Amino acid sequence: MTAIGQPIRRFEDDRLIRGHGQYVEDIKLAKMVYGVFVRSQVAHGLIKSINTEEAKNAKGVVAVITGNDIKEKVGKNFTAWIVPNSNQVSAEISSRPLLAIDKVRYVGEPVALVIAESREEAYDAAELVDVEYEELPAVANIEKAIQEDAPLVHEGVSRNIALSWQIKNGDVEKVFSEADKLIKQRIYINRAAPIPIEPRACIADYTNGRLTLWITSQNPHIHRFYLANVLGIPEQKIRVIAPDVGGGFGAKIDVYNEELILCYASSLLKRPIKWVETRSEHFVASLHGRDFLVDVEFAVMNDGRVLGIRGQSYANMGAYLGTVSPGVASVLHGLILPGPYRIEAFDYTTNAVFTNTMILDADRGAGRPEAIFVLERMMDLIADELGIDPLELRRRNYLPAGENIQTVTGLSYDSLDFSKVLSKFGEVSDYQALRDYQRKAREEGKYIGIGVVSSIDICGFAPSPVVGAVGLQAGQWESAVVRFHPTGKVTVLSGTHSHGQGGDTTYAQIVSDTLGVPLDSIEVLHGDTDMIPMGWGTYGSRGTSTGGSAVFKAAEKVKEKGKLIAAHLLKLSPEEIDFSNGNYFAKTDPSKKLSIQEVALHANVGWNLPAGVEPGLEAQAFFDPPNFTYPFGIHLCMVEVMPDTGEVKILKYIAVDDGGKIINPLLAEAQIHGGVVHGIGHAMYENIAYTDDGQLLTGSFNEYALPKAHFIPRIESYFTETPSPANPLGAKGIGEEGAIAAQIAVANAIIDALEPFGVKHLDGPYTPARIWKAIHQSNGKNEN
Amino acid sequence: MIPASFEYFRANSVDEAIEMMAKYGDEAKILAGGQSLIPMMKLRFARPAKLIDIGRIDSLRYITLDGDTVKIGGLTTHRDLETSNLIAEKIPVLAECAHEIADLQIRNVGTIGGSLAHADPSADYPPVMLALDATVVARGQNGTREISINDFFISPFTTALGQDELLIEVKIPAMKSNEKGAYIKIAHPATGFGVVNCAVKIALSNGKITNARVAFGSFVTVPYRDESIEKFLQEKEATVDTIKQASEMVAEGKDIIGDYYADADYRRNLAKAVFLRVMKKALNLDS
Repeated sequence: MTAIGQPIRRFEDDRLIRGHGQYVEDIKLAKMVYGVFVRSQVAHGLIKSINTEEAKNAKGVVAVITGNDIKEKVGKNFTAWIVPNSNQVSAEISSRPLLAIDKVRYVGEPVALVIAESREEAYDAAELVDVEYEELPAVANIEKAIQEDAPLVHEGVSRNIALSWQIKNGDVEKVFSEADKLIKQRIYINRAAPIPIEPRACIADYTNGRLTLWITSQNPHIHRFYLANVLGIPEQKIRVIAPDVGGGFGAKIDVYNEELILCYASSLLKRPIKWVETRSEHFVASLHGRDFLVDVEFAVMNDGRVLGIRGQSYANMGAYLGTVSPGVASVLHGLILPGPYRIEAFDYTTNAVFTNTMILDADRGAGRPEAIFVLERMMDLIADELGIDPLELRRRNYLPAGENIQTVTGLSYDSLDFSKVLSKFGEVSDYQALRDYQRKAREEGKYIGIGVVSSIDICGFAPSPVVGAVGLQAGQWESAVVRFHPTGKVTVLSGTHSHGQGGDTTYAQIVSDTLGVPLDSIEVLHGDTDMIPMGWGTYGSRGTSTGGSAVFKAAEKVKEKGKLIAAHLLKLSPEEIDFSNGNYFAKTDPSKKLSIQEVALHANVGWNLPAGVEPGLEAQAFFDPPNFTYPFGIHLCMVEVMPDTGEVKILKYIAVDDGGKIINPLLAEAQIHGGVVHGIGHAMYENIAYTDDGQLLTGSFNEYALPKAHFIPRIESYFTETPSPANPLGAKGIGEEGAIAAQIAVANAIIDALEPFGVKHLDGPYTPARIWKAIHQSNGKNEN
Repeated sequence: MIPASFEYFRANSVDEAIEMMAKYGDEAKILAGGQSLIPMMKLRFARPAKLIDIGRIDSLRYITLDGDTVKIGGLTTHRDLETSNLIAEKIPVLAECAHEIADLQIRNVGTIGGSLAHADPSADYPPVMLALDATVVARGQNGTREISINDFFISPFTTALGQDELLIEVKIPAMKSNEKGAYIKIAHPATGFGVVNCAVKIALSNGKITNARVAFGSFVTVPYRDESIEKFLQEKEATVDTIKQASEMVAEGKDIIGDYYADADYRRNLAKAVFLRVMKKALNLDS
């Protein structure tokens, strides 16, 4: 039996469920002190004075550090994405001072760090730091921020625009003048946040000539790189450990000010310092997502063909640029906007806007959910306008199946085949029956809506030359080591990081099949930069397709080396040897064989090796894919809206996704489930709301609603498997696909349910109050 | 989060608790189940200098029947009420209400006395207690007194309880065979607290409403009984028409809470919708 394709439970489940995980908060070091941040209460203001005397004299306080204390000693926290040809503002403007100097630009910006012997003393002392502000006019939302006379978030710029990046291809003017209809809409996708269950935390220990940072990170090597650059510490002197991490969803990609300043403070105090974010703090201090305003126009023919798309997007970046946020606002959004459709002409400018709010960055999907949201909202508007069934309209516009399908934005879809998901969808959904049910229910005064969307993701990051060309100051290849021990057991090291995805299990399945070793003989390790080779971490649905492929390549190398040793021991030439199920054997006489474990022992003791073969049986591999992966699918959501209250009940959710080769169907389905829940949450419940002058209204779980288990319907998840040619496994990432498709599937279903009221479009979040308003601000048509 | 520092005292009896309350005055807060107070302390919104823990006074945890009155000890948990056979038989709507509160962990620890004394205007109990005509029994230095639920809620988080008074018991008339109760809450998805909640107790005779108690919460700063609706319903046929007419009166003249999640205009409408649903449920009417 092969391990690949088996629904194997995550290795870590038992340990984590029993409370035996080791998260940053569980780690305690001798002489450790505790940090608490004093944060700005105003959205925009000059710091007139900071009085730290009382705090410094408080019981247990070790140090109080402010921006002025460190001004000349540390660098700033900069963005790692510089989008070419975008007039992106300079790093001088967009980078964050580790602690605010002279000015604050959003509520929650760190102003001072209080360090004390105990956490309790640190909290008490932090209240004693007295900061005096002179408030300045603030701007929190996109529409206000882009006005000519808006208050400016930064000095040295004439507008609050951080970058503008245009994608243009095809004869846009021609298709827009020749189209039967132009359909135009302004669409706003409200701000939300990734909200991992474990907030951020770190321990910085710079006490013995080396810096060790334990941190809730999705990508410890990126943290190491930043520490070297911002703090000037030689990279070989830095060890970053990301232990058990309780979810990321993008929130733990970024390098934040807190860990940088903590490392610096530890170097001053020569003591380890711990900081653990509170949940309320998380809402003001950890990255937000979405918050895109898009003006878009589609040129369509009466038969439903979409010829062209033009428009502008504006992403609310917050006060500074995040680690990868320029790319989220531009490249990751604009390139995928035409989705799976054949579009002749495209002219789309992505803009990034500064406001006095927390920094925006990657939130499960990062730019792509917003793109597919806009696209699929428009497809429903078009279907409605032309009187064509929404699914049929999409079918008429799909790009053909193929291995080199060029999109209007220059992407090459290498394994697109919508006919497969359509056919699977047909098998499992009985779409026409659902439409019939909807029609009948409407006659009975029930408001049923169906959203059926097609989505495609650009993920599996990624070909390094391509991401380099679009401005990411990093590579996106991945690394792995596969190492046989003398006893025949295997350790695998990966540059990715598993924080819920189950990568350790998936990688073990890959190694098990490649080397014929049982799963329980394989240990996968990650998350410690002293232990694992350079790697880029886990995000962008890259773990299996890119990280897993590096693991596969390393295992293949081990197998090849083992063959040389086996041939030598069997007194044959390597060409005469075959390998299967963990055994090297003579092609002509399979009874002459050696197990890979026996070979591993020989390799490790080195008593009898062929000439020129080094001892040991391990290999390192780097894998840089030649293309992104493009998982795609059709999601259907059916809802009932209660017209008297605006409440929504999800009646049905079906996801059909092509994730390429599925390594572990249980975990793949779990990823779709999690993603769909993320999308439902962002559509219906989650909303990061600021007042117009930048005060956060949703600063805790008292106001910000995550979907709870009983809000979620049964999610039916099905897969088709069109292998990706971009990696040896044929895998595509499916971590974000659910979130991308679900947010708009839910939105379209709700808007469809409101059709009898004459509602054509509604922006989220789709809360009962907003839905009820839409019903009652419509013409009152069909009101019961 | 870490609360500001405080002194902790455990009271082993009601008398001891009252003595401590008298001694420490407004420096002290009573800790019962702690499901409201502790989170507020952790956020440092509440900073009592002294906590008097009554949580282990087991004599305050009971549900008994005394004639036609159900007596509930102040430290009875929500879960006790939700699962009590006596409540299921005598006041089923109270069991339904207790079930609506937060999640199982909270219901296992949170108490009816603590919740009522906390007087959160969007909590589950207030409209139900108003509809059920409950009586709160308080004991202080000057002895025991009874407070009608109609006079109990003064303003948000403020009740008629005196500084030294402990809520020791809630008395509720058992439902009569011709009485129907119902409770519905539209919950905020973040907290489970009400955006609007409404409870009714309706007495029926030959298809006519002979008596009605109708109470609302969550959209106003103080949960209230709507006596004009009650009067309107009196002697009316128990029909959809009647309750539709009555629903026009819901929230009339009331100052309604609004926020970014649900504005006043919406909540006013929602109160009407919820009232209709509650009445349909109580009267077993189809729309």
